[in-house]
Amino acid sequence: MLTQNKYFKWIIALAVLLAVLFVSVGIGLSVGELKLGLTDILRMLFHGGDDGSMEYMLISKIRLPRVILGIAVGGALGLAGVILQGIYRNPLVEPFTLGISGGASLGVAFTIVFGLHITLGSFMLPLSGFVGAFVVIFLVYTLSSRNGNINIQNMLLTGVMVSFIASSAMMFLMATTSSDNLHGIVFWIMGSLDEPDTGLIKLTLIASLIVLFVSYLFVQPLNALRLGEEKAMHLGFNTNVVIRVLFVMASLLAGICVSVSGVIGFVGLIIPHVLRLLFGSDYRFLLVGSFLLGGIFLVLSDVVARTIISPNELPIGVITGIIGGVVFLLLMSQNRKKS
Amino acid sequence: MGEAFFHIDNFSCGYPSFKLSGISLSLNKGSFSGIIGPNGSGKTTLFRGITSSIATLEGSIYLKGKNLHKLSLKERAQNIAIVSQFVDIDQMSVEDYVLMGRMPYHNRFQFFESKDDLGKAHRYMQLTDVFKHKDKLMTELSGGEQQRAAIARALTQEPELLLLDEPTSHLDITHQVRILDLLHRLNQEMGLTVLMVIHDLNLASEYCDQLMLFNEGQLFTQGTPEEVLTFDTIEKVYRTPVITRTNPYSNKPVIFLVSEKMMKKSK
Repeated sequence: MLTQNKYFKWIIALAVLLAVLFVSVGIGLSVGELKLGLTDILRMLFHGGDDGSMEYMLISKIRLPRVILGIAVGGALGLAGVILQGIYRNPLVEPFTLGISGGASLGVAFTIVFGLHITLGSFMLPLSGFVGAFVVIFLVYTLSSRNGNINIQNMLLTGVMVSFIASSAMMFLMATTSSDNLHGIVFWIMGSLDEPDTGLIKLTLIASLIVLFVSYLFVQPLNALRLGEEKAMHLGFNTNVVIRVLFVMASLLAGICVSVSGVIGFVGLIIPHVLRLLFGSDYRFLLVGSFLLGGIFLVLSDVVARTIISPNELPIGVITGIIGGVVFLLLMSQNRKKS
Repeated sequence: MGEAFFHIDNFSCGYPSFKLSGISLSLNKGSFSGIIGPNGSGKTTLFRGITSSIATLEGSIYLKGKNLHKLSLKERAQNIAIVSQFVDIDQMSVEDYVLMGRMPYHNRFQFFESKDDLGKAHRYMQLTDVFKHKDKLMTELSGGEQQRAAIARALTQEPELLLLDEPTSHLDITHQVRILDLLHRLNQEMGLTVLMVIHDLNLASEYCDQLMLFNEGQLFTQGTPEEVLTFDTIEKVYRTPVITRTNPYSNKPVIFLVSEKMMKKSK
């Protein structure tokens, strides 16, 4: 029975991913310039530590928030990627193809150039990033709607064009600003999981879990969309509503991620692809699988980013791009050999 | 308008560049009907209008006396299934593809198929002779097998009306006859009402009880194959000379095409 075998395979795969996520958390908490033992970490997590000790501060104030943000952002980007690829029926779409990162980067560049983060407070950086992403989402959504209907191909093209415009506007700001501001913009764009505001970390985690839950309620129409919009409608789904809801949810989630951790590319593109190559294209598995694998990937990438040239730190986007690309190419070549 | 099983009343729909207007037709329960007409006459547009893929401009459609467009999409999908001209496939097994036919019966919180769903999908796969391919990917099937899987998916919706848009257009003659025999059997054994768009006039004549001939966005004429497939109507609508005869075995009209070469020879 293929169906029962398939469900069994999914359960095993999700259990393995969950176990690997726990292992990744362990690695993320213990590995760094100062290596910590697992028993010490567990003791500090569950029984607290000496408030003044360096180890406790390192775990509670630096590594744990980074690991949680890694799970939230990696999971969210993987989830946003798989949802957008599903509604566009295009495997090359990811949150950043639609200009979300371009909009967020432009918002942050604007804030840095005009010193709003100095005059109004550092919260302006994530806020302006989110506003930039939101403006792009709004533009893509409204420019692609006509007579109450969404044209999915127009939406993709509009997203790509808005992305180009936002990138060009940002380059204009970068070309005309001081070298200090330029450094600030570049640093932000490169992406990092170093976020001091625990409120933002909590917000990102909660938002990603809510989108995971709500998107799963749309898993049937997402699967039906694999046959095309019209055929999904013939199976009883209002595709217009489904596409709108999923687009807005996935885009806002990606917008939150970019505004909190900067531009971390490739996760939304590569994670769903890897899972598709290994387990097929059924969204009942892909939604949860992409969330878990996205979290694992970003937590481990962050470990590499902060240890490979220790005591300095590499931008995490560099690591996600290289590791993600290489793993994907290897899987592709394995698949080709099999077929 | 509750008398006919399926009734289209003065129905208009279309695009800015093409409009289908004033269509009225009725189907009896258990009938096997065909929509014929030249390219661009509005056959597929009618199907897209019935399924609300394009907006209705005027008129109404009734299914068992109920206004179709007032039913929810799920209710419509439980009553009407559509097999399109092109079988859209993704990387999925035949079984998964056919099981999609149960989606109209699932609520938002049902994420997995029940045993009953699986049983129904297997039954219709056996009926359409694709059960032996159930573990294969849809991409591994031939055109005829894909078409049969699409019919199995549509049957799994357990509809009362099956709409098919040119179900045999990409198939060789063996598969054309097999698919139409299958549809005829389902029509006879299950009482399924079938309405299909078909280009081949001889197949339409052989299998359908009732034909609707479309021309330039309007219903030109309708009736039995004997009433519709006459020399005059075909020449008027298709603008091509033909010879009409009667099939000695089925007593249904048969159309022979007349080429330019043959015309010259006969002169």
